Amino acid sequence: MAAWTDIFVLGLVLSNFRLLASSRLTVMIETMVLQAFALTAILLTLADRPWPLRLIVLSLVTLAVKGALLPWLLRRTMRAADVRREIEPFIGYNVSILAGIAILGLGFLIVQPLKATVVPGSASLLPGALFTTLTGLLIIVSRRKALAQVVGYLAMENGIYAFGAALVVKEPMLVEMGVLLDVFVAVFVMGITIYQINREFDHIDTDRLSELKD
Amino acid sequence: MLLSIVLIPAVLGILAFFVASPSLRRATLLIGSSGHAAAVVINAVHQAPVAPGAWIGLDAPGLLFLEIASILFAAVAIYTTGYLGRESGHVVSDAEEGFTIANRPEVRFIGCLLLFLATMSLVCISRDLGLMWVAVEATTLVSAPLINFHGHHRSLEATWKYLLICSVGIAMALLGNFFLAYAGHGQVHLNLDDLLSVAPDLDPLWLKTAFLMLLVGYGTKMGLAPMHTWLPDAHSEAPSMVSTLLSGALLNCAFLGILRANSILNAAGSGRFSSELLVFFGLLSMAIAAVFIIGQADYKRMLAYSSIEHMGILALGVGLGGLAGTGAMLHAVCHSLTKGMLFLCAGQLLHVYGTKTAADVRHALHAAPRTALLWLAGFLAITGSPPFGLFISELAILKGALENGRWAVAAGYLTALAIIFIAMARVVLPMVFGAPPLPAATSGAAPRAREPRWFVIPATGLGLGVVGLGLYIPATVWDFLARAAVLAGGR
Repeated sequence: MAAWTDIFVLGLVLSNFRLLASSRLTVMIETMVLQAFALTAILLTLADRPWPLRLIVLSLVTLAVKGALLPWLLRRTMRAADVRREIEPFIGYNVSILAGIAILGLGFLIVQPLKATVVPGSASLLPGALFTTLTGLLIIVSRRKALAQVVGYLAMENGIYAFGAALVVKEPMLVEMGVLLDVFVAVFVMGITIYQINREFDHIDTDRLSELKD
Repeated sequence: MLLSIVLIPAVLGILAFFVASPSLRRATLLIGSSGHAAAVVINAVHQAPVAPGAWIGLDAPGLLFLEIASILFAAVAIYTTGYLGRESGHVVSDAEEGFTIANRPEVRFIGCLLLFLATMSLVCISRDLGLMWVAVEATTLVSAPLINFHGHHRSLEATWKYLLICSVGIAMALLGNFFLAYAGHGQVHLNLDDLLSVAPDLDPLWLKTAFLMLLVGYGTKMGLAPMHTWLPDAHSEAPSMVSTLLSGALLNCAFLGILRANSILNAAGSGRFSSELLVFFGLLSMAIAAVFIIGQADYKRMLAYSSIEHMGILALGVGLGGLAGTGAMLHAVCHSLTKGMLFLCAGQLLHVYGTKTAADVRHALHAAPRTALLWLAGFLAITGSPPFGLFISELAILKGALENGRWAVAAGYLTALAIIFIAMARVVLPMVFGAPPLPAATSGAAPRAREPRWFVIPATGLGLGVVGLGLYIPATVWDFLARAAVLAGGR
């Protein structure tokens, strides 16, 4: 199954480049759906067969939350705030992709010393997960629109979730469910806040939220 | 039953969303507060030993932070019932810029306040680090609407920064939790007791990486520099009782997350690594707080930076260990009580003067004598003057540093404390004693502001607590604090 895991990790990595390259928010949200499928597949291919019932339940819930509920929330917010695209990011799209390549290489280097001790799994999982996490961070700091930052937060959360995928069979399900619930509520609350920011300021450019400072 | 500590405020909080009558709704706050306090006392008296592998359990550090949260919430509940009575029913204008604001629905405010207490209590009693993470993230989510109560542009900005920075920070802590599981080669549950019992077998490299992630993650929420940037904005824009809870209870809960990780590293024999990091971040936080307190024009922001300073002192004390660790536990109690009192006073001053700029608040001793006296006492307490409890705890941390031969650390600690004392005195003393900005009021006596009982009683109560801890600490209390410090990984 390790070969299949590698393929899905590759899918995750490629989806990150799509995220870095796109200015349209609909494309970014679509990419989140792709990542949800990749994550669920990684979750399943890492586990031994036959799959225990709780793993099947967990992957279904993951798919439902990350693949359907969260994108729906994001699209709703996008319509409410009436934004379509990220017009001028702090870091341009070409530079973003170059930075992404550098981060990917860095990810492989960083996990080198940790690799020997890792839980059995796929060799590409750790660098792939690290890359997804860092891509999310890059999106958060390099985009102006609040909604694009939320997508970045989700990508980061996906990367961390991929780190946990190797452990999921051992961990109690309550925790996994709690994590999913928290992410869902986080995006919900952020969505409401974005809506209010849009109503108050007529824009959701976070760099113009700069009145509070020392 | 231990879970009642979480369930009482949680159920009441959800009920509060459906109560139509405002007075009944405000009463749920008081009921929730007293119910929570009773549950904490009952569970503290009949403290059952923590069952191995249990999801929840009560140990000394958890109980300590739970008690702090309960006391602060009691003060906040009394204050809030009066505050909402004053704010509701008529047009409210922004204290700073004078435009009218539409406060967010009171239903949501009261409900979230109670849910906030429930989630913080869950943090304090979690034995499973995963559950603890879920609870810490939940505290962020239920407190965001509280910060945004006034719903104007500044509070929205503060809310957005709070939500995004803390969520990203806490995500790092989740990564830290997964790394802890990696350190156990995927064979250990993230249960605190399980991890402590197998600690020597954990992989040291993963363990140290995990601690770093947890420190950065929970440190963001705790307000350790340089991850503190959300804190001054959120604390200064939130209504005062929310600032009280954020500063006095929430920051402690995040600190508990770091303490749990610290105890695991100690048990694994990597205690030196974690305590040196804590000392470093502690001193850095104190230094950065000192820089921003100097010349701070906004007195609520000044209090926020003071919280960063005191979180630094807590990290420093635990990092030094021994007597300093016990001092840090006492410091947590005293800081929360004092900061609660100060934020309530700040809210009152903001109401009387309609500004957060310290330079525009003058001669408060005349305009609002009780508030001014409490404000002055709070200033003396928070800067560690005798006879307040913070003097004892800061002295204990200093002694701990000197006993360990950490002269450089002690010197840095004292310098930061001295700078902050002078800088805060320059802000606070003119506010209390300074001459009124205009030549003495025509009739000689400017109208005195009303100082309602719902403000004076909780603020005075918190102040008396700090004085009490400064004058006399019973041996049982000291033993309890020492036990908490040992369990928190102070060596």
